[in-house]
Amino acid sequence: MPADLAALLYLASAVLFILALRGLSNPESARLGNIFGMLGMAVAILTTVLGARTAAYGEMALALAAGGAVGLVIAFRIKMAAMPQLVAAFHSLVGLAAVLVAAAAFYHPAAYGIVDALGQIRTSSRVEMSLGVVIGAVTFTGSIVAFTRLQGIIPGDPVVFRGQHALNVVIGVIIVLLLGTFVHTPSTDVFWVVTLLALVLGVTLVAPIGGADMPVVISMLNSYSGWAAAGIGFTLENSALIVTGALVGSSGAILSYIMCRAMNRSFLSVILGGFGGEAAGQAVRAADRAVTAGSAEDAAFILKNASSVIIVPGYGMAVAQAQHAVRELADALKRRGVRVAYAIHPVAGRMPGHMNVLLAEANVPYDEVFALEQIDSEFQATDVAYVIGANDITNPAARDDPSSPIYGMPILDVDRAKTVLFVKRSLAPGYAGIDNALFYKPNTMMLFGDAKKMTEEIVKAL
Amino acid sequence: MQGAVDPLVFQLSIFVLAVFVGYYVVWSVTPALHTPLMSVTNAVSSVIIVGALIAAAPAAMTPSKILGLIAAALVAVNIFGGFAVTQRMLVMFRKRKP
Repeated sequence: MPADLAALLYLASAVLFILALRGLSNPESARLGNIFGMLGMAVAILTTVLGARTAAYGEMALALAAGGAVGLVIAFRIKMAAMPQLVAAFHSLVGLAAVLVAAAAFYHPAAYGIVDALGQIRTSSRVEMSLGVVIGAVTFTGSIVAFTRLQGIIPGDPVVFRGQHALNVVIGVIIVLLLGTFVHTPSTDVFWVVTLLALVLGVTLVAPIGGADMPVVISMLNSYSGWAAAGIGFTLENSALIVTGALVGSSGAILSYIMCRAMNRSFLSVILGGFGGEAAGQAVRAADRAVTAGSAEDAAFILKNASSVIIVPGYGMAVAQAQHAVRELADALKRRGVRVAYAIHPVAGRMPGHMNVLLAEANVPYDEVFALEQIDSEFQATDVAYVIGANDITNPAARDDPSSPIYGMPILDVDRAKTVLFVKRSLAPGYAGIDNALFYKPNTMMLFGDAKKMTEEIVKAL
Repeated sequence: MQGAVDPLVFQLSIFVLAVFVGYYVVWSVTPALHTPLMSVTNAVSSVIIVGALIAAAPAAMTPSKILGLIAAALVAVNIFGGFAVTQRMLVMFRKRKP
């Protein structure tokens, strides 16, 4: 295949990837967009395979088929509640692949056409290659740490120790210095030492970041995997890879920013880690203050007499697998002529948009589900806010109490509804480790119990 | 000014412009679809398989070829898995029945 034709096909593939992301502006166009993405990938792979004058088709097909089969099985069997883990695991694969491709290019630069007249790897390629390998390695181990934490293999509490920031800085500086020597004289030893250090850095960067900040971590790793791909794209002089890397890199960066803004945290403070857990001891003891508790029958009575209800789900709803029960509750209310809507806080799940997927899986129509800024002003005109499995994102202290650790974080103003029904197992504080002032408001009724069971009982009592 | 422009400069231009395209396209994604956005960006970043296949192409079994084949198999998991799981999510997003 002539190089110009191949370059044009790679360009077509890049355009198809842009269309794939563009489709996601609306659920109706998103499905077509995903097809564009698959087409783009097919064009890129076929161009490469047909362009490589080779007899190795069999081996390539075998590698693709083996990986593809595993991927399909995972994709069809994964539970939607486990999407964050899956995405973290997938990120780790992109990171590892970036490392392997950079290593392959290092061992056999002629195949990639990156050698100069003297048979040495070109200086610019050395720079790109080393950036690709470092970012790829950090993405690989960082994603594995995120995966194990999300999967519950290691606890969600941040791992903090003295001198950890200093350690990260030292590793980072050594990597940069070694990269300098690598660019000057490429040596196999330096290549692998840098890779090893970057692998360690991935662990030490992500380990101190607690469970509450996982949405940011996943977005950040998403971004890194893009930059790693772009770095490799420069080495290969491949526009599809450069464009895709840039798209994915900026996508992950924007999502990280959106998540940070939703928690009112700076990106730097998330990266430095250690948030969540330690503040738990300072929580006001529940016994000191009066709480109104109610039964499923009380809740059913209140809901029956309401004309508008907003359901506010959080990750706890997914843990209790209560989304189907919640949808049944909404259906029962709608049959009685009650207006029902769902309010989703950006960090309601464990990753951006997670809660929307869980509700969609439970057959909740997407046009009943609203984002924070779309629905927040409606609470004061609403009879009942039904909070299920959410906590910190409803805490009025974030709005009213400047001394609160979460002060300034945008919240759903559920306390402005006439009545708040708050389903929760106990008065224990949420992820941020702080007490929720909403529990003690006179218009709040606590419904103590398992989210799923409580919701089912309310449906029965309606 | 004299001499030809280094191809690297062209690549850098593509990269910078693509970052801007990405910025505007991603801000237009509805927040409800941020999870599919992440799984699809993951799938498309697996286009790094291009690099793996180049390494895997030569007939002789070199370390480079073995690395390439392993990398190709790993990202194939991502490509097929990523697009499939994205499609699985997207078909769940349905409008209210009239």
